[in-house]
Formats: sequence, C-alpha cells, structure tokens
Amino acid sequence: MNTSAPDDSVGIVTPLLARFDEPLLLSCGRELSSYELAYETYGELNARRNNAILICHALSGHHHAAGYHSLDDKKPGWWDECIGPGKPIDTKRFFVVSLNNLGGCHGSTGPSSINPGTGQPWGPDFPPVRTRDWVLSQARLADYLGIDCWAAVIGGSLGGMQAMRWSIEYPERIKHCVVIAAALKLSAQNLAFNEVARQAIESDPDFFSGSYQSHASVPARGLALARMIGHITYLSDNAMANKFGRDLRSGSLGRGEEAPAEFQVQSYLRHQGSQFSGNFDANTYILMTRALDYFDLTLDHNNDPVSAFRNASCSFLVISFSTDWRFSPQRSREIVDALIAADRPVSYAEIEANEGHDAFLLPIPRYLDVFNAYMQRVGRDS
Amino acid sequence: MRLDLSHIQRWIEPHSRVLDLGCGDGEFLQILRDQRQVRGLGLDIDRHYISAAIARGIDVIEQDMDKGLANFPDQSFDTVVLALALQAVNYPDRVLEEMLRIGREGIVTFPNFGHWRCRLMLGIQGTMPVSSFMPHTWYNTPNIHFCTVKDFEKLCLDRGIRILERNVVGNTNRPPMLSTRWPNLFATTAIYRITR
Repeated sequence: MNTSAPDDSVGIVTPLLARFDEPLLLSCGRELSSYELAYETYGELNARRNNAILICHALSGHHHAAGYHSLDDKKPGWWDECIGPGKPIDTKRFFVVSLNNLGGCHGSTGPSSINPGTGQPWGPDFPPVRTRDWVLSQARLADYLGIDCWAAVIGGSLGGMQAMRWSIEYPERIKHCVVIAAALKLSAQNLAFNEVARQAIESDPDFFSGSYQSHASVPARGLALARMIGHITYLSDNAMANKFGRDLRSGSLGRGEEAPAEFQVQSYLRHQGSQFSGNFDANTYILMTRALDYFDLTLDHNNDPVSAFRNASCSFLVISFSTDWRFSPQRSREIVDALIAADRPVSYAEIEANEGHDAFLLPIPRYLDVFNAYMQRVGRDS
Repeated sequence: MRLDLSHIQRWIEPHSRVLDLGCGDGEFLQILRDQRQVRGLGLDIDRHYISAAIARGIDVIEQDMDKGLANFPDQSFDTVVLALALQAVNYPDRVLEEMLRIGREGIVTFPNFGHWRCRLMLGIQGTMPVSSFMPHTWYNTPNIHFCTVKDFEKLCLDRGIRILERNVVGNTNRPPMLSTRWPNLFATTAIYRITR
C-alpha cells in the first residue's frame, strides 16, 4: 500500500452525488421526472466563481478523471495525465468538475438504476439519451454548483462533441472550448464499428433483449467482444505493431505443431474485453454508442457547420493526432475550417503521435505543451 | 521588431481582421492586437512556433501553405500578410493569388536577390550569395524561390495584381535615398501592399 499519492496528483478524491427533482425533457420526447448525477471536483472555486472547468467524458468514461479513491488504487482517474497541480488543467488555478453522464453506469442515473415508476431496473426501457441531453443535464449541474459560466469546457472524442454542443447551445455560459480528437459527426465507417459492437452485445444469449438484470444474468461475452472491437479502433497499426508485433504468448508456429498458437495481441484484447465487461453495463454501452451515432452538430443548421458555429461566442482549441484513424486529423480540420469560416477564434495543432485515438489520454510532450499553453490563456481570461 | 514588420504595421487598419501566413511565434500579431486591436489569425507549419504563438494568446493554425489555402473563404480577411516567406513556398504565384482571394489586400515582404551584394557574389565571385541577411548555404536553405524587385513587379503585372505601395529596407549604413531611388540594386528587403 502506498502511503501518499504522487505530488502532481490531486490526491484522494471522493465522488459526490447531485439529485435533481426538476423533470428533464429529453430530445427523444420522453421525460425523466428525477435523476442523479455522480461527479467529482478538483481544486477550489474562486470567489468570482469564474475558474470552473467542465470535463466531458468519452464513450466509456465516467466522473473519476483524476486522483485516487483510495491509496490502494492501482491506477488514478482516466485523465490524470492532464488534470492535477502543474498539469495542463492545473488544479492550483482551476476548479475542475467531472461527471458521469446521464445513462452511465458509474453512479449517475442510467439503465441499471431503479425506475421509480416500476421499482425495477430500467434496463432497455431507459430513454435514449443524446449529446444535447447530456449538455442540458450538465448545465443543470452547473446551476447546482453555482457556476454561471465555465472558464472552459473540455473533452476528447465523444467528450469533444459535448464541448462543441456546449459552445452552440449555451454560448453565454462558456468562454473556451477545447475539442480533442473529435469530429463534427460520425462517418459511415464509425457507424459501422458501433453497429458491430451493439450486435455483439445483442446476440449474446445472456442479453435477454436488454432485460438481463431481471434474469440475474450479464451479457459478459457480448460486452467483452464489443470492447475488443472498439479497442482496435483506438490503437494505430503502428502502436499495435510496437506493443505486440507477432509475438506469441503460447504455442509455436513450427512444423508439426497441431495445437493453435496464441499471439500476444489476442490475449491482450481478451484481457481488455473481460476487464471491461466486469465494470460496464451493456445497456449503457448501447446507449452511449447510439448517442455517438446520432451526434451531428449540423443537424439543426441545414447540415452546415459554419452556420452552427455562428451561434458560438467562445474561443476554441482543436487538437488532433497524426495516427488517429477513428477521428483522423482530417475530421478535426473540418471543425477548424468551419470555425474559421464562421469567424470564431480558433487555434489548431496536429500532434505527431504513434498511439492512434488513445493518444489523447497519454502524456505526449508536445500535446501537453500545446494544451498547457492554451490553458494558461484560459487562466488569464478568468 | 524586424524592420520589414515595423514598416508594414502602419498599413494595417485598426480593428481589422488579419491573416498572417508563416506567422512564426506570433510576435507580429501580438503587436497588432495590442497596438491596433487587430483580430489576427496566424498560420505556420513549424510545430515549435504553434505552442509559442498559443502561449502569447495568439490564435494559430498548424497548416502547410504548400498544400493550399482553400479552407479560407473568399474575402474573409481585410489583410493577408506574407512576411519573408514568399521565397520559401513551392508556388509563390499561387500563394499570391490565394492571398488576394482570401483578403481584400495583401502585404508581401521578401529578400531582394537583385541587391548589389548578391550580384557581386554571383557575378564576380561566381558563388551563390551568403550573408548575414541570407545566412543559408544553397544546399541547405528553406529559401527555394528567390526573386528580385523587378521579377516581383513583373509577376504582379502579368497576373493583374495592383501594387498599391512599395517600401524598401536598405543597408542601414547607407543613405535611404539609394534604396528608394534604385530599389532593385540597393534594397535588401522589398515590401509591397497589393490588391486586385
């Protein structure tokens, strides 16, 4: 057991729960009469309440973005590389809010929560939730915390999409928007991968059309498979080659060997899959991938991202990674070009990185350098 | 501030929108912002400059001019600046055309290869010029398209580009009248304000 957290960590943090009894009208037309959001905060809100940063999580993320829940934790929060004292999102300067989105499975109201109408878990009856619903619920959380205007809303991947949605839905409540490894909408290829992931879950006999909780079962194999597919899209060809190559974990490729050999990459993916299926809810995974599929910043704006961004009044930082093929640099440039055409202040950096989409979570020196330079500016503006 | 930049500063209208192609660390845009309340956007390909410009609070886009500027809409800026970068791009003529498509006016500065010292080195010594102003050897230089004052003005004439103003920076040890009177021979840096 460690006796203390590292110096550049926010240390031990405790998740909090905010309860909302004002009904939330969702974009699907249904209403949630009440709901809870799990969140964490790091740093101190200043007297003028203008140093608050909202962190939006990606597909499988949650509120635990930085620090440790206990000294026994093996790993810190998912974005600990970027959040903490002296890090780009500097907790000596900023008050950081990180939540688990509505529909999640880490403490916020979602498919595995109890439906107050039936006393049973929501399961597949939980209403579909879209990015704009998340942003609305995040705005309610801001009200709850007494934050009128975020110094910045920041997110990578699906989190970056929420940040962009913030910029056009609540222009008066956000001063800076940081969009990392994201896109204006999913491509056909992105949609295809999400569909395969959902099919993997839905075809698991333990899924029971989503009612697995009432059957006391878990579609662990389907969920693991979905994660394995997703995980491949987070890594680059190069990153996989460097990490595993064709190394064998067991068996041999020599003549006269009948038993199948096992490659390292196989066992890695299986490990990732089984780890994930023990910690994540299948209905939430389906809900999150659908939210990702349906996200289209231009939908209410004649498919024109320029006219969408004309509603924004904040400044933007957009970052992409050279080997990211899930949301490639080209997708980020589409965001940047629309912002330029809409005459919004924007900076853009394309980071040379080997790690693919996952790069946004990793301590790549130039990435941290650019991010840090921009956050200094956010700090000066607050 | 670099001499060519202090010359062109007064050509930039307060509160206007300026695109600086090859903006480096953003120093010029910062001066324009602080002194002329200009809304600036920089563009550079050098990764070291990107975070330096962002740290100054200057908006900058990491982009390679040689791959085109089609992502900038027509007439979306008041002024497009290309300071000491014309000689370093693959297609200087295309960049000039693009500058005047994107901006109402363009400002171009470049080292004058017609300067008498260059001519002396090439003509008498028979070697490519190297000086404190052009410090690179011919085989290791970002400057791939040198031109003279005369060359540039001919290109403008051929392409229907109007020269609104010309300014020159000469050798500071000599009377400025020399470079003003005979720019192609005495200007070290040529400075132009152009439009369609």
